[in-house]
Amino acid sequence: MKPQSEYIKFALPKGRFLSSTANLLNEITLNFGGYNSKTRQYRLQSTNFPYLLAKIFQEKDIPIQVAIGNYDLGICGVDWVEELLTRYPTSALIKISNLNYGEGHIYAATSCQTGVSSIDGLLAKRTSWRIISEYPNLAQSFALSLRVKDFNIFPVWGAAEVYPPEDANLAILWAKGKKELEAKGLKLLAKLLPANASLIANRESLENKDLSKILSCFNNVPMNKNRAAVSYSEDTVKSEVVEKFRWQPEKIRLALPDGHQQLPAAEFLKRVGFDIQGYTDGALNRRPSVNLDWLGIKVIRPQDMPLQIANGNFDLAITGNDWLLEHLNRFPSSPAIKLLDLLFGKVKIVAAVNKNMSVANIDDLRLLVRGGKFVPLRVASEYINVADKYLRDNYINPYKLIPTWGASEAFLPEDADLLIDNVQTGRTLAQHKLKIIDVLFESTACLIGNKNALSSPDKEAKAEFFIQTLKKGLL
Amino acid sequence: MENQRCKGMRDFLCRDMACFRHIEDAFRTCCIRWGYQEVRTPTLEYLHLFTATGTLTPSKLNKIYSFLDWDGWSGERVVLRPDGTIPVARLYINNLSEREIAKLFYVTNIFAFEETGRENRERWQCGVEFLGGAQLTADVEIISMVKEIVCKLGLDNIRLQLSHAGLMKALIRELGLSSIEEAKVTDRILDGDWQALLEAKTAKPELNRFLSPLLNLKGKSSDFLQNIRALCPGASADFKSSMEDFINITTLLDRLSCGYEIDIMAIRGFEYYTGVCFQLLVDGKKIGGGGRYDNLIPLMGGNAPACGFALYVDPVMELLPLGNKKGDEARVLIKGEEATPEIAKTCFKLAQSLRERKYVVEIDFSEQTHDGLHWIILISGSEPCRFDVTDCKRQQHWNVASETEVFNMLAEQN
Repeated sequence: MKPQSEYIKFALPKGRFLSSTANLLNEITLNFGGYNSKTRQYRLQSTNFPYLLAKIFQEKDIPIQVAIGNYDLGICGVDWVEELLTRYPTSALIKISNLNYGEGHIYAATSCQTGVSSIDGLLAKRTSWRIISEYPNLAQSFALSLRVKDFNIFPVWGAAEVYPPEDANLAILWAKGKKELEAKGLKLLAKLLPANASLIANRESLENKDLSKILSCFNNVPMNKNRAAVSYSEDTVKSEVVEKFRWQPEKIRLALPDGHQQLPAAEFLKRVGFDIQGYTDGALNRRPSVNLDWLGIKVIRPQDMPLQIANGNFDLAITGNDWLLEHLNRFPSSPAIKLLDLLFGKVKIVAAVNKNMSVANIDDLRLLVRGGKFVPLRVASEYINVADKYLRDNYINPYKLIPTWGASEAFLPEDADLLIDNVQTGRTLAQHKLKIIDVLFESTACLIGNKNALSSPDKEAKAEFFIQTLKKGLL
Repeated sequence: MENQRCKGMRDFLCRDMACFRHIEDAFRTCCIRWGYQEVRTPTLEYLHLFTATGTLTPSKLNKIYSFLDWDGWSGERVVLRPDGTIPVARLYINNLSEREIAKLFYVTNIFAFEETGRENRERWQCGVEFLGGAQLTADVEIISMVKEIVCKLGLDNIRLQLSHAGLMKALIRELGLSSIEEAKVTDRILDGDWQALLEAKTAKPELNRFLSPLLNLKGKSSDFLQNIRALCPGASADFKSSMEDFINITTLLDRLSCGYEIDIMAIRGFEYYTGVCFQLLVDGKKIGGGGRYDNLIPLMGGNAPACGFALYVDPVMELLPLGNKKGDEARVLIKGEEATPEIAKTCFKLAQSLRERKYVVEIDFSEQTHDGLHWIILISGSEPCRFDVTDCKRQQHWNVASETEVFNMLAEQN
């Protein structure tokens, strides 16, 4: 048996590149049993190379995991590699090779409705640029390279395409092609980089560890352009119905959640009598329509809502208490406030550790950290500001936060020591052999708004009507 | 756990601070004597301040320490001051723009990310801004000031290199490139990559006649520039007027016997400069630089031509010999034989009286030894205490009975 440190650790992507990466690994004899789109497990072992281990991550996590040395090698889109390197050029991350497959590009796009058709056209407008993006570092670098004189960047967890033109004048986003952008009501202004899959390595591993057998497998990567994850042709893009509604000043602008929260939110809204086409009917239209002319709706990520409310882009939003608190921990004087607890979607935000760790509560953990057991304690969380405050309030020191974008429970025990995450039943934690040592708070869905008054008494009356209607659902 | 210093940050120890203050004092004294007034700007500024003028290159902006403040939900980023001049220009526009001329100076730290972490990411500079000074005498004034300060500090082998940003920009326009190409060449040159100009020039061979001598030779008087001017009769009006300005300034410097060398390619990072710009070197090390920046304040919404310079404290500290910065005050050590209430009271009272008489006085009740003292006064006994006075320089010793006698003794021997 080799010691654990001599094992080679590989970070593999979920999502858009999973199938094509699995095909490639099979072709070059690096097969991992169970690496397919139906997999429920996160930890894999190579069938041909017994000392090669792999873990499946959200693609965005992979460059960070490789850069900090938790993994020797990784495969992910070059867009996420550049997002890290743009901001942290000295990261210990080496791009080894382009894997000759990928999908689409990172684009700069604006709304078709603005009439702007080029970057120069946008520059000529001399307005402050509001840039929305899942890639805030690439967005900043793009704006600086154009010498944009005044810009603000709004990082989002997703759905960047729905913000222009009302809530942003530029989106930096991944798309498969121009037609997909157009189908979403966007106009392509610039291609920033192709979203190709890339093999990356940790610099120290490359300098000090024998990875040669694995690397040489990649010498024979075929130039197979048909390995795209989904057989994709631009012609097959379904045009979404992009409502040409305007955010009129008298309208109440409402944000509804996508993802896990959509179903319970839709049920609740239906119960109180709102019939929203493209939302309460189980479909997902980013701009669903409702038979109330004073209500404009967009569907965005619940994580992004408090920031959007604080900036006045929306008047009301249905999100979780957890995301409101996460926002308020980051921006304590933000005007975003809770207006109404909606009582559904109950989760607990907990601190959890590996089952085998001999701690029962946070006090035990503090003693272990003080005793020098962790240098430092590695804390994985989607809620980095909640986690940061919790650790400070409990005098845990030193610690290092590892931001994650979902599936955080898979980080323990190899890549993190403590998890701050939400749980519904606790079953997932149990499956990953984790135990809860503290409950930070309980969170349910809630309606949030901006504490600064709405722009007119008429709007206030409509918002009040909306709140009163929702209250009926709580009885 | 070891408490480490942040990468790229430095501690100033006692000897470093003495050296720092020595430089700062020489700089402040000179500025005050030339009629300049001191200002200080905050460490945090909005990122917008530095992007708004479009004068800093993307590569410089990418090294800025920027973050969201606790109330930064609007996406407005704040930065640790990356440059000394732009904040002072803001201060001037906000507060002093009614003055026709404002002559300001400051001692400040600036922050820029340096990748290896081996160089300082926080650097100190002593800066001067002459706001509202349009005449070439203002350029000559700041060049004279910086030379005076460097001489006062006792630095030898100073090289003053001159270039002219207006001339460079006119020269780039002479190449006749597309606007995108021109912006690229300009950015590369601003980042110090002069190869861009040499690569681009081949497109217009008629420029070679004067471009090559202008870029490669190092003139030591205004005659050099006169010669170059004679080689380019067909140059643009912008080029000619910049050349005229450069010749006038160098002519005045010649008259003042201020030595310099014209080295167009030596200077980098002249993002916002529009006219003459310069840098100072000692033993090949860049210790300061400056120039004219007439467009910066108008781009920020004000209205004033300006020029200025900064002296870089960190390299100057490395050049100054250590250990010669001790204060020349007479240092006195009052030692209490024991820490009894009476002896302690007598020690503190005597120390206070001596400090009022401008002595530097330390009190000590331990056995430790001290360096660099002129006097040691040992206090012992009770009702009344005895005073044992030692003149360390002359190796003499006296016993005296009262505070008054101590004062007289010290005054007499000084």
